Amino acid sequence: MEWLSEFGAIAAMQGFNGLSVFCVLLLMALGLAIIFGQMGVINMAHGEFLTIGAYTTYLLSSLVQTWCPWMQPYYFFFAIALSFVVAGAVGWVVEWVMISRLYHRPLDTLLATWGLSLVMQQAFRSIFGAREVSANPPEWLMGAVNLTDAIEIPRNGLFVMGLTVLMTGGIFLMLYRTRWGLHVRATVQNRIMSRAVGINTRKVDRMTFALGCGVAGVAGAAFTTIGSTGPTAGSLYIVDTFLVVVFGGAASLFGTIASAFAIAQTQSLSEFFMSGSMAKVLTLSIVILILLMRPQGLFSSKVRK
Amino acid sequence: MDSRLTGPTRFFPRRLALGAAALSLIAASVFSQMTLADDANTTGLAVTPTEVTVGQLHSATGTMAISETGSIQAERLAIDQINASGGILGRQIKIIQEDGASDWPTFAEKARKLLVNDKVATVFGCWTSASRKAVLPVFEKENGLLYYPTFYEGLEQSKNVIYTGQEATQQILASLDWIAKTKGAKTFYLIGSDYIWPRTSMKIARKHIENVLHGTVVGEDYYPLGNTQFGSLINKVKLKKPDVVFAAVVGGSNVAFYKQLKAAGVDSTKQTLLTLSVTEDELLGIGGENMKGFYASMKYFQSLDNPNNKAFVEAFKAKYGKDSVMGDVTQAAYLGPWLWKAAVEKAGSFDVDKVVAASPGIELKTAPEGYVKIHENHHLWSKTRIGEVQADGQFKVVYESDLIEPNPFPKGYQ
Repeated sequence: MEWLSEFGAIAAMQGFNGLSVFCVLLLMALGLAIIFGQMGVINMAHGEFLTIGAYTTYLLSSLVQTWCPWMQPYYFFFAIALSFVVAGAVGWVVEWVMISRLYHRPLDTLLATWGLSLVMQQAFRSIFGAREVSANPPEWLMGAVNLTDAIEIPRNGLFVMGLTVLMTGGIFLMLYRTRWGLHVRATVQNRIMSRAVGINTRKVDRMTFALGCGVAGVAGAAFTTIGSTGPTAGSLYIVDTFLVVVFGGAASLFGTIASAFAIAQTQSLSEFFMSGSMAKVLTLSIVILILLMRPQGLFSSKVRK
Repeated sequence: MDSRLTGPTRFFPRRLALGAAALSLIAASVFSQMTLADDANTTGLAVTPTEVTVGQLHSATGTMAISETGSIQAERLAIDQINASGGILGRQIKIIQEDGASDWPTFAEKARKLLVNDKVATVFGCWTSASRKAVLPVFEKENGLLYYPTFYEGLEQSKNVIYTGQEATQQILASLDWIAKTKGAKTFYLIGSDYIWPRTSMKIARKHIENVLHGTVVGEDYYPLGNTQFGSLINKVKLKKPDVVFAAVVGGSNVAFYKQLKAAGVDSTKQTLLTLSVTEDELLGIGGENMKGFYASMKYFQSLDNPNNKAFVEAFKAKYGKDSVMGDVTQAAYLGPWLWKAAVEKAGSFDVDKVVAASPGIELKTAPEGYVKIHENHHLWSKTRIGEVQADGQFKVVYESDLIEPNPFPKGYQ
């Protein structure tokens, strides 16, 4: 009997782990879903915008520690907001200087943003040093919540989950319930026509790109609680991020959510029964098989081409 | 008229400068031809009566810069100290630093450049096994000399390499014995990143656990380099309840692994964990409070209490800032220039063959880790120590072995 309850506890924690991985994947893919999905820009520097968020959090954390330690339990919320602003601002500048000149050459954006990612990595290294740093997450974020004696739920997992729900909800509202969202969707469907009816597509592009980068910054800030902060930390996420967005079907936010869920559950479950490396192989094989059958991804918007 | 006048006058000094440059080049080459006759150097290495040139080959950029920065700093410190105390055979050491850029073919190319073009007397460099394997054929073909600082999987021995870090059996066996004895450990869970070093290390650990300690390995898992999600693994550990988690996770994964362990409520009060891959350097990224009470097996910790180490830590901090930390590999890199100095002075020559021949038996009593000695197999006799992680990012040494003989090709462990 005791064995059974223990098994139940592990199953519950494993289920939570699947959800937790799902939220991490979704959070890191959201920004790219906006940029790649809505604008068609292949942003290879997406991971570095995550890193910007992580370093912003680190900077704020060390500032708080030296100047006002009493802020320690609360600073994290400011860090997330600030990460959004900083990453968004950098994204705004990047769109203005680089991306806006490449909209007609989508494949060149791949190369240009790859270059950008290398430049940014080396910039982080020159500014913050090559070694990894550790942002001190507030005490209440570390440790586990004990639901029962055996079931322990990581608090940072819960936090990331809450944040993901909030961000996804927010982006949904912005895309489908605001005037700006309408402009974005119109521009995605038909750029020339949108311009003809008076939408300033340049402005829309810039805002969309900045928003996507800002969301990446938020993800980066949140990930300081579960992962490393270093010059190349962002590159750890880039492959999974593209996987989620491409598998979900580019121009669909629903697709991104569904694909993050599917990949997370497959990964989490198979990891439990086999070695981590083999689990990755299995997950990728399944994704490739499904993409062979549905090249457009799980969901795709129905647009006449 | 004006232009005709100013033209040549502007041109003339430039031509003069060119001529002077050419002259000085010829002079330099004649000069270096002359120095070839010097008795300390018979093989055309870059040695003059006042100077000897050495190479430094690490990744200053790219992914591996995280780890290799400490080694670069330690080697420079040692060389500065040697120069300040009069150099080697009366010559000051000049460093040519090349950047391997975390890319293995680049390492091979730069190694060739250092040996063939610059004719350096020795090279201090490499960090990952992959980079060492990439430069090894170059060093063997050009008959160079490499001082390699990282603890590694063993199964290698080259005439042209001196390994100043520990090979796998030195690092693993003593620490497993200790944990089995003091913690009464019988069941082990082996976890590593998925590449040659963790896999080889775990293979050795498994043989030792099963054949010598008569314990059981209840789980063995490898995760891809750069993996950031360890939730499933942590649940498996919770399910299997091993006495000891034995870990060799590296890079960014390392940080994610320990942060998520802590978040899942697995801390040192509930689980004994022994790692092969966390030094003071890694703790900067992980945060001491996230790993408090876990154990690491290394030959050197910054907190070692002996006069050599006090002087080393003080000099390092004076040069690179009071917040800098020194890990195991940093210390091993620091040994390189000193071991080379001792061998060169024993041989009375910079000639690679003579230095190599003089190397076995070289002792260093001033090493921060204590006493080391070069074995015939080019590895070092060294002690293994267990450190317990403290919240401030340092280790408390809880165990120190006797001097262990290096054994890169352990019988019965392959």
